[in-house]
Amino acid sequence: MTATASGRHGESRQWRRRAATALFLAPSSAWYFLLLVVPLGILLVFSFGERAPEGGYAAGLTIDNYLRLPTRSTAFVNTLTLAGAGTILCVLVGYPLAYYLATRAGARKTLLLVLVIVPFWTSFLIRTYAWLTILGNTGIPSLVEALGFEKPVFLNTPPAVMIGIVYNYLPLMVFPLYVSLERLDKRLLEASKDLGAGRWRTFAQVTLPLTLPGVLSGIILVFIPIMGEYLIPALLGGGKVFFVGNALVDTFLQSRNWPFGSAMAVGLILFVLVAVALYLRVGTRGRVEREVSLV
Amino acid sequence: MEQSEFAKLYRALQRGNISRRQFLLATGLGAASAVLAACAPGAAAPTAKPTAAPTAAPSVAPTIAADWTPPAGVNLGKELYVTTWPNYHDPKTLERFTQLTGVKVNLTIFGSNEEMLAKLLVGNTGWDVLVPTNYTFETYGSKKIIEPLDLAKLPHLDPSRYDQRLLSPAHYPAGSGPLHGFNKDWGTTGYVINTKHVKKPMATWKDFFDLARTDYSGKVTIHDYQLTSIGNALVYHGFSFNSVKADELAKAEKLLIEVKKHLFAITSDYQPPMKNEDAWIAMGWTNDAAQLHKGNTDIQYVIGSDGGEIWSDFYTVVAGSKNREAAYAFLDYMATPSVAVKDADFHGAPLVDSAMIALQSAETKNNKITYPDATSMTKLEFGTAELLTNQDRAELWARFKSA
Repeated sequence: MTATASGRHGESRQWRRRAATALFLAPSSAWYFLLLVVPLGILLVFSFGERAPEGGYAAGLTIDNYLRLPTRSTAFVNTLTLAGAGTILCVLVGYPLAYYLATRAGARKTLLLVLVIVPFWTSFLIRTYAWLTILGNTGIPSLVEALGFEKPVFLNTPPAVMIGIVYNYLPLMVFPLYVSLERLDKRLLEASKDLGAGRWRTFAQVTLPLTLPGVLSGIILVFIPIMGEYLIPALLGGGKVFFVGNALVDTFLQSRNWPFGSAMAVGLILFVLVAVALYLRVGTRGRVEREVSLV
Repeated sequence: MEQSEFAKLYRALQRGNISRRQFLLATGLGAASAVLAACAPGAAAPTAKPTAAPTAAPSVAPTIAADWTPPAGVNLGKELYVTTWPNYHDPKTLERFTQLTGVKVNLTIFGSNEEMLAKLLVGNTGWDVLVPTNYTFETYGSKKIIEPLDLAKLPHLDPSRYDQRLLSPAHYPAGSGPLHGFNKDWGTTGYVINTKHVKKPMATWKDFFDLARTDYSGKVTIHDYQLTSIGNALVYHGFSFNSVKADELAKAEKLLIEVKKHLFAITSDYQPPMKNEDAWIAMGWTNDAAQLHKGNTDIQYVIGSDGGEIWSDFYTVVAGSKNREAAYAFLDYMATPSVAVKDADFHGAPLVDSAMIALQSAETKNNKITYPDATSMTKLEFGTAELLTNQDRAELWARFKSA
């Protein structure tokens, strides 16, 4: 076999492999191109346009829409605060649950894991609607009153939205945490104890650092969709606890100002990108340092 | 007053050429009084005799109380998409239509005409029947969003029985244009109060916004709807419900933002919070008020004596409807007096067709929520066409919501 022959052979094999790759990637590429890249392009173009007289989009080239973004700063601040707090709450509630599932649940583990997923079998909308009844006047507030306390108001307050967020997004947090806790090498815990560390020290210096990748991915999985949340604040916030998602709906539907709405959407995307980039940078730097210190 | 003369005035009002005061003076006390005069018990009630059918309609002339039957030999298809308001149709009325025709009625619910318009401007909604409010016809007609009614397909509709003043917005172009819809019902925008908790006397929008910030803080809802919420905040300051003047809107916005933190919710679907007493006071429409009162007689309805809105909603056919035959069958079904009267027992809004009103029970006709005294409505205004697309009010509303 001469060098040229094998070269040609290799080339054609390589070409075939490339063709196969392209073929298999075609559906997902087309999907992403048509449903992500193209709409984003439209959004970007629209964001520099002007509102048509009856509403909608009219061609234009102006940065006014971006300059007006500060008029919606309350919605942005609200979103960031509640999404941040909701994510932290998900970690605080999700970690002990995942820990129990991974280390203590024993034979009940499968059953409990299924129970975590069960809520996904009904619609997100219906589950959130259910909270309307639970948090409404005839729900928990009546119970509190019956116990002799002053009747509280939950519905249409930030705590109600927070409850809805934690309830709906918790499974997305529990699963990455569970996987990282499950994979944790239990011998390391024994070693830690052998070396004289107590329960808390073992948790703080061994378990937590080693499961931090799970926490990190859980946070990203939960934080990004909450930033774009619309339904939970719409139902449990009564039009008063307002996310950027709700402001977007109003801008597109009530005031039909597509260019301004597009600028808000682009603003939200940039906002999330910057937040996630910062977070990843801080998160990964911490991990590298720990790996070094473990050695 | 001649119908054409009225329509001319109405058009002038819509365009802002005359003030609402001139309009009300020229037309009498506003359209509602005429309807009321016609249906007030003891007054010269319209006799329920079938009038001669208009030339365009086939001369079926069914007896007024007769039931509806589907058109013979027409393929109605299987589905119908109706876009409408919350708590506005008796499910039994819709089920019965399905039983009679095999056509399933799918409802899409909106909280404002503006949201409907936003979808309609994009097009390809898949909607067949739309239930818009009087102030939308100028836009929907000029944009050909709804079609002129084919009266031949509506043998049960007799426009001559309708109060022409309430029917007039459906003529596009205004005045002499073809009918683009017919009244489903009419009503007012006031507020409901639960008298079990609300002890202070309330009669005006001033009372509403003042008590919302004080005694009843946390217990009040307003519509998620620029037309009514901004309009009534304008009335608070003594301005027109329809104002688009910058300084007046600024005052209304200031009031709304001050009130916002005291509100229980901003929602057009306020029956649930009123029913479970999360809210004690809610900006509301006649039909919701009647329904709430039926379930709980503590709930009363207040029409602002300082102003507010009078409105009428219409059945229309969306241009390019894919289920056009079913849409016309449904409209004809709802134009049938016996059907509409039963439906009105559920939704509680007053009707426009004199034959329908004649069929309503004395109890309904004496219900002051459904048919209020004319004197209580002297200051009410119809929304003007301009408000549907006015950018300042739209922007104000979006800004207020995210404030």
